[in-house]
Amino acid sequence: MQPEHLNLLYLVAAVLFILGLKNLGHPRTAVRGNVLGAVGMGLAVVSTLWFQGFVHMELVVGGLVGGSLLGIVLALKIKMTAMPQLVGLFNGFGGVASVLVAGAVLLAAVTTAVMGTESGAVMSLQESVATAASGLIGAVTFIGSVIAFGKLQGIVSEKPLRYHGEQIVKVLVLGGALVLSAMIVLDPSRTELYWALVGVSSVLGVLLVMPIGGADMPIVIALLNSYSGIAAAATGFVLSNNVLIVAGSLVGASGIILTQNMCKAMNRSLANVLFGGVGAIVENKEQGDIYAGKVKSTSAEEVAMILKSASRVAFVPGYGMAVARAQTGVRLLTEAMEADDIHVEFGIHPVAGRMPGHMNVLLAEENISYDKLREMDAINPDFASTDVVIVLGANDVVNPVARESAGSPISGMPILDVDKARTVVVIKRSLSPGFAGIANPLFAADNALMLFGDGKKVMEELVAAYKDA
Amino acid sequence: MLDTAAFINILTIFVLAIFVGFEVITKVPPILHTPLMSGSNAISGITVIGALLALGAGGGTFTTVLATAALFFAITNVVGGFVVTHRMLSKFKKRN
Repeated sequence: MQPEHLNLLYLVAAVLFILGLKNLGHPRTAVRGNVLGAVGMGLAVVSTLWFQGFVHMELVVGGLVGGSLLGIVLALKIKMTAMPQLVGLFNGFGGVASVLVAGAVLLAAVTTAVMGTESGAVMSLQESVATAASGLIGAVTFIGSVIAFGKLQGIVSEKPLRYHGEQIVKVLVLGGALVLSAMIVLDPSRTELYWALVGVSSVLGVLLVMPIGGADMPIVIALLNSYSGIAAAATGFVLSNNVLIVAGSLVGASGIILTQNMCKAMNRSLANVLFGGVGAIVENKEQGDIYAGKVKSTSAEEVAMILKSASRVAFVPGYGMAVARAQTGVRLLTEAMEADDIHVEFGIHPVAGRMPGHMNVLLAEENISYDKLREMDAINPDFASTDVVIVLGANDVVNPVARESAGSPISGMPILDVDKARTVVVIKRSLSPGFAGIANPLFAADNALMLFGDGKKVMEELVAAYKDA
Repeated sequence: MLDTAAFINILTIFVLAIFVGFEVITKVPPILHTPLMSGSNAISGITVIGALLALGAGGGTFTTVLATAALFFAITNVVGGFVVTHRMLSKFKKRN
């Protein structure tokens, strides 16, 4: 096969990727979109193998089969609640692959130049700049994703790790990485510089993700997703390979858009998430005053009775639902209420959970129809005509303090207006603050009832009480 | 040494692809954000092509080791990403 033919097949693959992503954007066509992407990838792999013949065939087959098997096992065995970690880990794999490919190409170029089969410089300017970019972005993506995985899996503390001089340290390490990159561009034949760059960039990956707390994880995962695409595109520039550049830029762009969406949903800038952040240092002195004597605790039986007389009920799930694995109880209660002709729906905040769309995946797994899962802007006007809202494991995203323009870490963040409903039942283990570290006046509101306990257990009690009522 | 014309060509592809990415993704509803991420994540495993080309170009032992490791990680990302996306999407159903 001629190189032109290979490029033509790559063009077909690139078109399939674009169509795939487009189809992933609608619930009815999403399955087809994913298949189109996979077909495009299969075409690109087979064409490449066909083009270059049978070089290192045992390694090619071994690598492809081994990696595919690992991918399939991980994808099929993972629990839906652990999806954010898995997506994070796969991001990291993409990043490390870019580091290794750029390293291999650099090494091969240097070896060829030393043997004198090629005159002139080891690499063109384009190739050396792209190699440095692959190493830097790829290593940040890889290590950043590993840290994110550790945080989501509970191996690394989810709490933001902050220290004095944090920003200066980050700037210095980034500066070091850029200096090493410049040195690689000036003299690509010194391959040890490349591995030094990968090392320094790995440290940068640790420094960037460690200070970010659990609730900001949706933004970090989306951003790392974007980085893994940009790293692939950079590797495309190393190889002057169109399909790497197209696929990498598509993913880079889509990750950036998701990141922006998440930031908007928190009313924070990306810079604030990465370098400022909320959480660790906020004090909550006046918490006692807000709650004193005003919090009403309730029981499953009482809530069941209120639900029985309701005609419209909405659930607002948060990360607490995922932690407690309470979603099965949510489904059972939904089914019981629907059997009584109660209208049930779900209000989902864009940043609820640990990755974009986390709550939707968990509820979809429970066979809850996706047209009941409503976005914040769509459901907010309806809360006023909702009889009961059940807040399950969510806190900051329903905190009315956010509506005030200033004075709290969440001021200005768009929230779900659950306090407009006739009755709000909050299922929570205690009155402890959410990630933002501030008290929630909703818990003390006249129309709010607190149902204390573990989410899963409380939901089971609620289902039983509802059926008895 | 820099082949300017060729560089401008792939730079053009790069910039246009970014715009296509922005246009295609902007309107995705939040319920599909997770599958979109894991699906696009699988596509970012395109580095598998780079690994195959690096492996096919021959080279010393260390180069081969690096390329094989890259191939392994990239194809795990690709296959795992597409399979897990399919698994998630198969749960998204509309019931009456």
